[in-house]
Parts: sequence; structure tokens; C-alpha cells
Amino acid sequence: MTRSNGERGGVYVELSFSTRVEGNYTVLSVGGEIDIHTAPQLRQRLFEIADSGASRIVVDLQQVDFMDSTGLGELVGALRRARPKGGDVRLVCTQEKILKIFRITALDQQFAIHETVDGAVAAG
Amino acid sequence: MTSLGMRRVRLEISATPAPVRTARLVAVATARQAGVAEELLDDVRLAVGEACARAVSLHRVHQRPELVRIEFTGGARFAVTVHDTAPADAVVPATADPLVQTPTGVPPVVDGGYPVLTDEVVSEEMVAGVGPALLAGLVDDLRLHAAEDGRGTVVHMSWPLA
Repeated sequence: MTRSNGERGGVYVELSFSTRVEGNYTVLSVGGEIDIHTAPQLRQRLFEIADSGASRIVVDLQQVDFMDSTGLGELVGALRRARPKGGDVRLVCTQEKILKIFRITALDQQFAIHETVDGAVAAG
Repeated sequence: MTSLGMRRVRLEISATPAPVRTARLVAVATARQAGVAEELLDDVRLAVGEACARAVSLHRVHQRPELVRIEFTGGARFAVTVHDTAPADAVVPATADPLVQTPTGVPPVVDGGYPVLTDEVVSEEMVAGVGPALLAGLVDDLRLHAAEDGRGTVVHMSWPLA
């Protein structure tokens, strides 16, 4: 588990990250609140994964307590970078408050969203 | 922050990303205090966050030093206004497809003639494009209008009480 720190109004907040490889996919598990302030941490982590040569990525959002459009933007950016390389970005999420923002923005039609990491990796 | 009993709370935040979370926290607290149903609080949190992120992004793009002003008002409905000071004609409409490919170095033009930011700043694009789409989907009573003083725009949102 690695962490990235950010300071908000004197109070340190952070996203938590853990990365592992399962099958053909690099699984990035994220925790915390992804917003305009913390989204750059997610962007950096996704770039690091891409720089390592991985283009098949599963982003596990089960521990994300909040995500806004900037978080969506980072995921879309990762998808745009992965697809030309024959890769993909799959998501894991069962939280209604997070799933709702994908439905509202129709991004649930761009991302495969799975209930478990195993399901995402096993989907082929 | 100024509190006028339980009826109105005013908050001013610097046009930086950090205090947007504070605005979200205040939004949930004041909405709950005003009597908004618990099942709507996540919508309030997200919508106020989106509106504030939009304002902060516009201030940054247009280098506006002023504070972003947020007002929470109780009453028949719980109302929130977010006031920025960016040029009123700078509002960028939602893009139809955030995955639209952008020609190298040339931002595409969408309906209405507003430029869409390029791949390198996809997060800013999301704030400018998907953010308003998200707001519209979250808030039944959503209005965006020029500020009465002619400086900037005001996002008005309201929710029913339980």
C-alpha cells in the first residue's frame, strides 16, 4: 500500500492506492475522495502504470467514498490512452452513489463496470 | 463563514481546489439541518462540489483573484447558490461525447462554438463538460444565470425538504 498526500485547508487528506497484477490486468485499488484536489494523485498513478507498459487496467473503486467529474476525467483519460494500445480500463464498483454518476453521464456505456475484481479480470 | 440562525449560511472559498471539500462538508451539514431527506444528501454533496469545482476552474482559467461565494438557505426548499466572477460568456457547454478524439493541437469545436480542451487536460475538460451534465442530472431545480452585478455567473440549485 502506498499513499499520496495532499493538503486541504491545513488538514491532510489523501487517496490510498494499492497495485497488484492479476492475470493480464494491473489492478489499481483506490480509496478516499477523488475530487478536483486529489484527482492529480490518481492521474499520476495511472500514468505510472501506463509507463510500466501495462495497458490493461482494472480500477477498483470499492473504497472510494466520493468521486466527482474530475475523477471521471482521470478514468476517461486512462481509457483514451489504453485503447489505442489494444488495452482497456475496467472498473469495479457496487456503490450506488458512485454508479449513479456513471449512469448520469452515460459513461457506464464506455466502461465495463464489474462487481468484483475477479469478475473484471475474468471477463476476458 | 457567516451563520444567520439556521436559515442562511454564507461561505467564501479561495479559488483553489483544496477548500472545495470544505464546501461539500458544509453543504451536507446545512442541508441536514434544513431538513433535506437523508437519501438526497449524497446528491447535495456531489452537486455542490461540482458547482464549486466549476467555479474554481473558471477562476483559475480566467485568473480571477476573487473568492468563490456560496450561500445555503433554508426555507420551503433548501437552496444553494454558487457565485463566480469569471466572464459570463465563458461557460462551456457539455460535450456530447467526452471520448471524442481531438486533432493534434487543435481543440475541436462543439455546438455553440465553444472550444473543448485537449487530451492533455482531460480533467479540466471533464469539469467543463461532464460536470454540467452531472449537475443537470443531479438537480431538478438547476439554473445558471449571469450575476445581477454583471460580474460572473450564479449557479442556483434547490432541493425539497423531507
